[in-house]
Amino acid sequence: MSCVVGIDLGSTTTKAVILDENGNVLGRGITNSRSNYDLAAAVAKTEAVINAKFGLIAQQVAATETAEAVTSLRRAFVMEQLLHQLRRLESLLLEEVEKSAPSHLSAPFREAIEEICRRITAEEEAYFRQPPVLRSDFFRDAVGSAFMRIAEQIGDPTGVSFDRLVGVYDKCIIRVENEPMDLDFRDHIGHALTRVSNPRLADAVEFAVAYDLTPAATVGTGYGRARLPFPKEQIRSEILCHGLGAHAMFPATRTVLDIGGQDTKAIQVDPEGIVTGFQMNDRCAAGCGRYLGYIADEMNLGLHELGPLAELSKRTVKINSTCTVFAGAELRERLSLGEKREDILAGLHRAIVIRAMSLLARSGGVDDEFTFTGGVAKNPAAVRAIRELVQENYGKRTLNISAESIYTGALGAALFANRMVA
Amino acid sequence: MATRVDGGMGAPMARGAVVEWARDIYDDLDFTVVRQWLEEHPKSKAGGYLPVYAPREVLHATGFLPVGIHGGGDRLEIIRGDAFYQSYICHLPRSVIELAQSGRLDMLSAVLFPSTCDVIRNLSGIWKLLYPDVYVRYVDVPQIPDPGAAAEFWAGELRRLLDDLGDVTGHRPTDEELRRSIALYNETRKMIRTLYAARRERPWDVPTEELYLLLRAGESVAPEEFIARARQYLAAVAADPKRQRDNSRVVIVGAFCEQPPLGLIKSIERAGCYIVDDDFLLGNRFLTHDVPTDGDPVRALADAFIRNDMKSSVLYEIDPGGKRSLMANRVAAANADGIIFATPSFCDPALLDQPMLRNGAEKAGIPCIAFKYAENTGQFQQFREQAGTFADSIKLWGAA
Amino acid sequence: MSVALKDRSMVLQKEMIANHFERLARAPETGEPVVYTFVPGNLTELIRSFGALPVLPEINALQSGMRKLSGEYIAEAERAGHSEDVCTYVKCDIGMMRSGNIGPGGKKLPKPDLLLLSYTGCYTFMKWFELLREEYDCPTVMFHVPYQGDGKLEPEHREYMLRQLREQVIPALEKATGRKYDEEKLRHHLALSAIAEEDLVAVLQAGKKRPSPIDGYFGTVYYVGPIFSAFRGTQEGVDYYRALREEVEERAMLGLGPITPEGPLEGEKYRLVVEGPPNWTHFRDFWKMFADEKAVVVASTYTKVGGTYDFGFRHDPNDPLGTLADYCSGCYTNLNLPSRIDMICQYIKEYEADGFLINSVKSCNSFSAGQLMILREVEKRTGIPGAFIESDLVDPRYFSAANIKNRLESYFQMIDARRAGKTP
Repeated sequence: MSCVVGIDLGSTTTKAVILDENGNVLGRGITNSRSNYDLAAAVAKTEAVINAKFGLIAQQVAATETAEAVTSLRRAFVMEQLLHQLRRLESLLLEEVEKSAPSHLSAPFREAIEEICRRITAEEEAYFRQPPVLRSDFFRDAVGSAFMRIAEQIGDPTGVSFDRLVGVYDKCIIRVENEPMDLDFRDHIGHALTRVSNPRLADAVEFAVAYDLTPAATVGTGYGRARLPFPKEQIRSEILCHGLGAHAMFPATRTVLDIGGQDTKAIQVDPEGIVTGFQMNDRCAAGCGRYLGYIADEMNLGLHELGPLAELSKRTVKINSTCTVFAGAELRERLSLGEKREDILAGLHRAIVIRAMSLLARSGGVDDEFTFTGGVAKNPAAVRAIRELVQENYGKRTLNISAESIYTGALGAALFANRMVA
Repeated sequence: MATRVDGGMGAPMARGAVVEWARDIYDDLDFTVVRQWLEEHPKSKAGGYLPVYAPREVLHATGFLPVGIHGGGDRLEIIRGDAFYQSYICHLPRSVIELAQSGRLDMLSAVLFPSTCDVIRNLSGIWKLLYPDVYVRYVDVPQIPDPGAAAEFWAGELRRLLDDLGDVTGHRPTDEELRRSIALYNETRKMIRTLYAARRERPWDVPTEELYLLLRAGESVAPEEFIARARQYLAAVAADPKRQRDNSRVVIVGAFCEQPPLGLIKSIERAGCYIVDDDFLLGNRFLTHDVPTDGDPVRALADAFIRNDMKSSVLYEIDPGGKRSLMANRVAAANADGIIFATPSFCDPALLDQPMLRNGAEKAGIPCIAFKYAENTGQFQQFREQAGTFADSIKLWGAA
Repeated sequence: MSVALKDRSMVLQKEMIANHFERLARAPETGEPVVYTFVPGNLTELIRSFGALPVLPEINALQSGMRKLSGEYIAEAERAGHSEDVCTYVKCDIGMMRSGNIGPGGKKLPKPDLLLLSYTGCYTFMKWFELLREEYDCPTVMFHVPYQGDGKLEPEHREYMLRQLREQVIPALEKATGRKYDEEKLRHHLALSAIAEEDLVAVLQAGKKRPSPIDGYFGTVYYVGPIFSAFRGTQEGVDYYRALREEVEERAMLGLGPITPEGPLEGEKYRLVVEGPPNWTHFRDFWKMFADEKAVVVASTYTKVGGTYDFGFRHDPNDPLGTLADYCSGCYTNLNLPSRIDMICQYIKEYEADGFLINSVKSCNSFSAGQLMILREVEKRTGIPGAFIESDLVDPRYFSAANIKNRLESYFQMIDARRAGKTP
């Protein structure tokens, strides 16, 4: 049994997809792109492998165990990974303290670091025992906020202050993120298994560990693809990969719109998923995900909060400027005029989608079926605006949005890899 | 609104009514007045023209209602238009395409694209491709005041337009009919000059917002109706004098093609500036003198253009000192205190001219400020602040 | 052998241009009159017939771009109040003048004795010379070439141009040079033009061969240099095009591809038609993005801004002024959008291209306004999807290599995928 891997190196996240020889998805992985693209690709791939292995475990025990049993093993595994990274962070922090802290602070500084890491470990252990809640799996996200919170509690303004603690943290977290770490399945699954103390899973785990997921071919894509350590034949443009990926998810797809952080793409594909035309946004960043990022910053909101808030609007405010530079000014002026936040946000979502509509028009319009991908496809207000505008301008179209839409490019790349093997 | 200040009974209402009539036409992106006019005149057609100068007499004489096409301003959401234009091209053509692609210009049987710049020129090509059933012509005006070859060329262009437009309506006008159209537009231009003179003399009585709305409406209705409404307006203004404020008198330069949003004009006025001259909708008064109504009417129109003394950024300036003295001359003629260069973003004629004009103005000691806008600009705070500071600084300067 | 031959035309061109700038630098002493004019609609033969030397500001600007000087020149002009929104050729030229007016030859350019404003399809030309007139305070004559709005030259437009030549342009040249109009001299130059034009067309049409021995955009920009600037109607021009034609015909005979900055291109993989001027500040990097992919441009529209010779026009010594009018009217910049679309479609067909690309430059509304319509229409008529990229003429701030490379790669891979899809 052979498999292939596709890697999509995006500007904010890197994604990997593993396929079996029949083109079925075995596993998916995602990580933040960092400044080190090699590492990001390796981490995403490792995550995909782990994901695939858990898939195999679930398959093996499907008849005898509940889904909950595998999920709990998975959570234990994630925690093991996290604690492993935390230990590495701790040793780096201590090294840093040794190196740079003033000698009179050296001992209390060490103690503070050890205390913080102890508390985070305890919190994580407790968190594991709680019912699962949704949170980011990225190490920086999970650990960073806890570190800040605890540092604030125990920081001593006259000695090992909050600022000092954060200072060493900032130095070391980058190193943790940018060095290859053993986060492999084999390394942590044993501990995880012990932690959930469910011996009925042991055989399946053994099977998954032994299962060979060495790829027969790898294809890379995405904005950073030129930085991937692959020969040219193993690199495909994100346009082709998005087209093919969308086709694989929704075989009747003829038009694809991808709104990512840095760029927006409108792609036309034929019934085989081959790209027949495409347009990308011009130099102007208006209409990209980044535009919403600015707005979120301007409103002091999380990016994921924008869409739901805009959905509360009863009356969309017309926003003329889709220029990222002017968006903030227009926003403030509207707020000062007493417009409601949700109404302005609804207008902003419409404005960004209108930009995408012109890109679609340039690429040849919206054919049935229409597949919407990229980070912005998760935003309900943007989806609603797309739906309305497509209906107004092109009539009835089936709109596809996959929950896995962020993996569209990586899936396409993996399908190209599959063709190389075939 | 401002009309209620004096609390008079009959006339103030009339002013408000005229302004509201104009505002309704301005706001109506479906050109309902044009469509109604066409229903009432089943033998006639509607002919659009883009900025800046188009010979409306020719459209009129051949049985067209001339309709000024200025884009949808800040009232129109651009959905289709952006598919035709890159981000570094001005807003006007995408707005005009939006109007057309949404069916709002489908009552036009002909559209003229004057030689204002290459963007409008190329829009004529797009129109030919998108609307093959509409008569489309790029109107290439002569660039130098040469009574020989240039006048001959322009007369030839006008004759061709007469023939072509006559084919569209089936009405080839006689010389006498063309002369009647000329006379009508002489009267229109005279009325516009009267309005401008009234504002120059009593800007507190003739706010530019009102004047502008009246002129915009005038580009969608028959000339006779415009003249009648303008007369009503002037009568109402005379009966409803306002209090003069301590505002600065400014000339607006650069806004002759893509039009500023009304909010921008209001912002400038509310910031303490009386606009006493401008080049909004410049085409409607491009010819500064009456066109003779005797002799060969085509030749008369052509010669009027050649002999015309309107100086603008649209045409080539043959006089080497022309650009340097233009601003000082306009400021003197309007008895103004300063100049606001208000220019559409990416407007070649206005922006390429600006260094020369500004140089001349500053050498003449005229205070200037400059900003850029688009017809759909949505925020005016920065303009208000700039114009307000400018007005104050002029007063301080004048007092010093 | 071909290397030696290649060298010959390049050496010739270098010499010609160096000599020309040398003559220009000495003009204030030698008293040779200098006439500034534009590439589209340039009246070089007429200027030469008065013994005057032409200066082409666009060529100076693009050379400044290639020599990485344009960024500073543009900044200089913007500091002096020129808008960031407008044509960077103009700003580069103004900035160069304000920085000492050192031309491409490294020597100071002479002041113009006359600005011959041939208004041929570019509105900015009028403003450009108004601006130069402010700086030089010299006589200016306007030559209005009516735009081919309806896709053809009307007889009365031709007559209008003839009258302007007789009544405005020639008297202005007589006054500026102190010489009388000499029609025999003009005929002599026109006859030389026609010879060089014949050879140029042979070079351009070599792009129809497989593999193409020329690059019809990047390489041809050099090839059209002499005929678009000062050398139409000169013996040097004739010699250059004869040498070039021989080289290209030999390369064709040997089945060789074009010469690129990275050496000869072998294994032509994509044949493209390109619309729009190139970017000059990153010209070599830009070309390399094509050459690396083995993409050859077989024909382009930009290389027709100084004349559409490949559609049959030749200067005709038997109708000296009429032929100048015909020439100006037919320059690519003076053609309307439908004609431009026809031309691109014809190139795609005749040069058997498998792709077309629009390089949309921010500076030039004459080219750029409407290019998305061109894209749409050419795609519709040919069934070939086009690529659309954005850059600028000489503004280094407006060239994003990563962005353009990304699009080009995506485009070439799309062509591959389509080919693979068509031949199972």
